[in-house]
Amino acid sequence: MSVSYAILGLLEQEPNHGYELKRRYDRFFGRERPVAYGQVYSTLSRLARDGRVSEGGSLPGEGPERKLYAITPEGTAAVQRWLMTPEPPEPHLQTVLAVKVILSLLLGRPAEDYLDGQRRSHLERMRELTAARKNALLVDALLMDHAVFHLEADLRWIDLTTARLEQIAKEIQA
Amino acid sequence: MSTPPASHATLANVAGPIVAVNHTPAAAAVATAAAAGGRGASAPILACYDLHKSFGKTPALRGARFQVQSGEVVAIMGPSGSGKSTLLHCLAGILTPDSGEVHFGGQRVDRLSEAQRSELRRETFGFVYQFGQLVPELTAEENVALPLLLAGKSRAAALAAARPWFGRLALDGLEGRRSSELSGGESQRVALARGLVAQPQVLFADEPTGSLDPLAGELVMDLLVESARRLGTTVVIVTHEPRVAAYADRESTVRDGLVVA
Repeated sequence: MSVSYAILGLLEQEPNHGYELKRRYDRFFGRERPVAYGQVYSTLSRLARDGRVSEGGSLPGEGPERKLYAITPEGTAAVQRWLMTPEPPEPHLQTVLAVKVILSLLLGRPAEDYLDGQRRSHLERMRELTAARKNALLVDALLMDHAVFHLEADLRWIDLTTARLEQIAKEIQA
Repeated sequence: MSTPPASHATLANVAGPIVAVNHTPAAAAVATAAAAGGRGASAPILACYDLHKSFGKTPALRGARFQVQSGEVVAIMGPSGSGKSTLLHCLAGILTPDSGEVHFGGQRVDRLSEAQRSELRRETFGFVYQFGQLVPELTAEENVALPLLLAGKSRAAALAAARPWFGRLALDGLEGRRSSELSGGESQRVALARGLVAQPQVLFADEPTGSLDPLAGELVMDLLVESARRLGTTVVIVTHEPRVAAYADRESTVRDGLVVA
């Protein structure tokens, strides 16, 4: 899911072709898990089918990989919605949260507002678990504790990232 | 096995009135809320508007606004140096703001004299700090009785009122110990009993579990919230720990001297 929005966001920066999109994706989001060419092109086809990107002209050299893609107004609106929507709090969210922060900064969107919303969402879930745990059997509370500590780790990351937004933005723009 | 969903019955126990920070001027905010009627819409018991406070040239609060309804348990969160403790100290009448208004129960706390604020803190507010801050020369029982002794109660009456708290807070048998003979968790529960013994209208807690391990911290928070709800005490907790904030009905975040969320 986040690959699709990341590519769409990169196209909001400027129209581009598949090869360059893969290069930029790997630089910002795929350092540990580069995206495959095939996935970039299948994602672009799907985005075009859904009206979120349009296929433009071709760059010199021709061939399918030189085709230019541009984001449509519908695509821009979809990026905006995705960036401002907190993810359902659950373990192992780090990748999506990081993509949202980096993409927001790349696009000059309010990353801090997104992080504030995500913090509220996480705390709300933590509040639910804390209340439910109070009257739960210890064996059930074990699982809830696990979830609470994962949420706490995410929240620490959210706080640290909020404090470092300016530095991250500078690094990205360098 | 998946995490069981929170039961509605359990959640209902902690779902207090959710009140958004009102950005209208103080008087208008109170009038609007009062006109709306109902518990959730009633005037806040404690509120501040456009609060500024600096220490030397360093601003700690830069226009903070905050409201608490009677009986609510609210957490104030924020990174170190954000101004959250200064906000708590201004709300509790420990510090006077450079400008802005602090309202408690219809009176302007920021306009009270030092003596009047001192009386307000003694008679109406309770406090729990990060490290308990028990008086080392006194026994646990005497520490709990202290607010009542300061309010002029006889020693016998104050100690009689203090004793039931040892049962309520799992401190049975520790009445005669001094703080050096108590664990961190026990000290903090004695401090909690001291904070609540005079049945304050508002309990202010500044990082109440900051020095405790997770298990001891959980017990303190369970007992703090349970006791406050039983007494109908409003609670304002300053914490940087999400697990502590999760005991509250809602949280507010302070950043760079402003309440931002």
